Amino acid sequence: MNQFIPRGTSKISARGLNVHYGDKQALHDIDLDIPAGEVTALIGPSGCGKSTFLRCINRMNDMVDGAKVTGSLTLDGSDVYDRQLDVVQLRARVGMVFQKPNPFPKSIYDNVAYGPRIHGLARDQAELDEIVMNSLEKAGLLAEVESRLSESGTSLSGGQQQRLCIARAIAVAPEVILMDEPCSALDPIATAKVEELIDELRDNYTIVIVTHSMQQAARVSQRTAFFHLGKLIEVGGTEEIFTNPREPLTQGYITGRFG
Amino acid sequence: MQTVTLAALLLLLSSLAFQMGRKRAFAVASGHPGTLHSLPGYYGWWVALWCGLPAFAILAVWLMFEPSLIRALVIADLPEAMRQLPAERIDVIINEVRNAAQGHATANPDFAAAAEHYNRLQQTGFAAAVAVTVTLALAGATFAYRRVHAELRARPRVERIINVFLVASSTVAIFTTVGIVLSLLFEAMRFFHMVDFVDFLFGLSWSPQMSTRSDQVGSTGAFGMVPLLTGTMLISAISMVVALPLGLFSAIYMSEYAQPRIRAIAKPALEILAGIPTVVFGFFAVVTVAPVIRSIGGAFGLNVAAESALAAGFVMGITLIPLISSLSDDVITAVPQSLREGAFGLGATRSETIVQVVLPAALPGIVGGVLLAVSRAIGETMIVVMAAGLSAKLTANPLEAVTTVTVQIVTLLVGDTEFDSPKTLAAFALGLMLFAITLGLNVIALHIVQKYREKYD
Ligand SMILES: Nc1ncnc2c1ncn2[C@@H]1O[C@H](COP(=O)(O)OP(=O)(O)O)[C@@H](O)[C@H]1O
Ligand SMILES: [Mg+2]
Repeated sequence: MNQFIPRGTSKISARGLNVHYGDKQALHDIDLDIPAGEVTALIGPSGCGKSTFLRCINRMNDMVDGAKVTGSLTLDGSDVYDRQLDVVQLRARVGMVFQKPNPFPKSIYDNVAYGPRIHGLARDQAELDEIVMNSLEKAGLLAEVESRLSESGTSLSGGQQQRLCIARAIAVAPEVILMDEPCSALDPIATAKVEELIDELRDNYTIVIVTHSMQQAARVSQRTAFFHLGKLIEVGGTEEIFTNPREPLTQGYITGRFG
Repeated sequence: MQTVTLAALLLLLSSLAFQMGRKRAFAVASGHPGTLHSLPGYYGWWVALWCGLPAFAILAVWLMFEPSLIRALVIADLPEAMRQLPAERIDVIINEVRNAAQGHATANPDFAAAAEHYNRLQQTGFAAAVAVTVTLALAGATFAYRRVHAELRARPRVERIINVFLVASSTVAIFTTVGIVLSLLFEAMRFFHMVDFVDFLFGLSWSPQMSTRSDQVGSTGAFGMVPLLTGTMLISAISMVVALPLGLFSAIYMSEYAQPRIRAIAKPALEILAGIPTVVFGFFAVVTVAPVIRSIGGAFGLNVAAESALAAGFVMGITLIPLISSLSDDVITAVPQSLREGAFGLGATRSETIVQVVLPAALPGIVGGVLLAVSRAIGETMIVVMAAGLSAKLTANPLEAVTTVTVQIVTLLVGDTEFDSPKTLAAFALGLMLFAITLGLNVIALHIVQKYREKYD
């Protein structure tokens, strides 16, 4: 069922990954490889475990009472669930952008500077300024906010807030960026901007994006994984999944027969 | 006692009326309740209200006027010589007569006669009240019962009566508050006719040692409220030093760290603290905390007064912990989970997230809660009465005894005092000041909390 990619080229790789929330099993035996330098889209009907998988990668599920992860998940070949692993460092390497834009109630500058500050990435103010400006630039937001960096991040529009959150993630210089339906709270124009941004970021980051929009998956991703009821049904090149799916379930979902 | 029986009788009649009205509704619908305009119960209510409301209204009026009416009649029947006496003497006589009427022996035959008269009047009065109210109840019920028919719009009518009743209740509540504030204001005005307002506000000395009778020679007291204010502030400040960190930290623990199981036990436990009467805390302050502070102070060679601001403030702080912690817990829990996830997602630790993201977001709400606690501390009476002392000293030393505005109000009003001496009226002026301060704090606090709510709703 899986397309095995030689181990050396996959950034993240799951083998036999199971997740339980209390008695309820949310993911069953997931084997999935996510290659470096590409955008991988996770699609599937809601409740099928896309977010759960995503949140395993940066161990956000640690926060959830009763969540239990078994099986193996590696980042660059080293176990993410290793007891020795420092979650703080993991999350510096794996950034996350959420469904609803969630800027801190701080200034735009402080929002972006937050990550570099807690990880001590800048030696002085000038360096911090540079990181902030660079991140805003990369997130395509600099031109819009350059003159009002000290205003509250919550005063921006929804689309700007989401790009601010992307800038905030970029500022820590992660290797992987996880995005959980980053456009579902945005209008079409803001969505287009964020999609454009995702496409640009692909060169420097490995991106995993959850989306409920198949058009979006088709537009931004190179690879697509289809989940259904906690199981990984099919994974492959986006083009292939959308034009020539092998599994009937996938076919049914992308042609809109269920979901 | 008689009145209670009458009221019970009227209630019984009303509930009978309810049953009758309901039955009648079924009857007029001849087995098809669907043809009725309203549910049968509403017809029952409608008849019951017609039965009970007018009767109770008359009963209330009667209860209001009965004493003065009987009094006037008794006075009219007193011997001529007594009727000519001044009003205060007549009051005394009437009291005597009432006592006699309740069976206490009296030596004066005039009083005995009047007492008998009093009793007769009361019996007649009550009989009249019973007759009038019961007749009214029956008449009302009959009137309504007869008018029950399928098209009668019973539901809207009952709803309207309920509405009027609710409006009346809240009006009473509001007018009571307004009345209290106004009386405070008027009595305070009388005080300010005798004592200069500026002297009162800014005077540095408080010693209201007025003579209790105007014909006594005595000093005019000093009414400067500054020492009281500083005492109040000192104790409130000490209590906040205790309550703020403990309350806030326990709120943080409850909302961010505690497992659901621990939270389910610890939170109610903390709230029990809020249910302990303050007089118990006052007791605790006097009997336990003050001696401990005294002996600790003694060990360091400090001279601690038996009643110290520190003991009172410390214990008051304990009483404020539940308030601060439950208000802070509410606002901290209201901070959206997405903000925490945002910080965790960037690699922030739990404590970094709390200090740098959650608390700043919750700050306005916490400030509002703290202001509410401060205003509670300023108005707190029992603990300071028991533990703070009476000496109006202008000091910032927590080891000395100080006194507070509330304590002085209590002491001014305790004991035999004339109601128009400055000493007594000063209590009203102090009360007014206290009211103004706590009102101001509450308004600011509620405003801040409100603003905070808007931000995340
Ligand atoms: N915190 C949680 N506690 C319990 N069950 C959860 C929790 N989060 C998700 N689930 C369950 O796990 C399943 C997968 O959820 P999720 O990963 O959020 O799905 P998706 O993102 O694909 O819509 C769902 O059935 C959901 O009810
Ligand atoms: Mg989801």
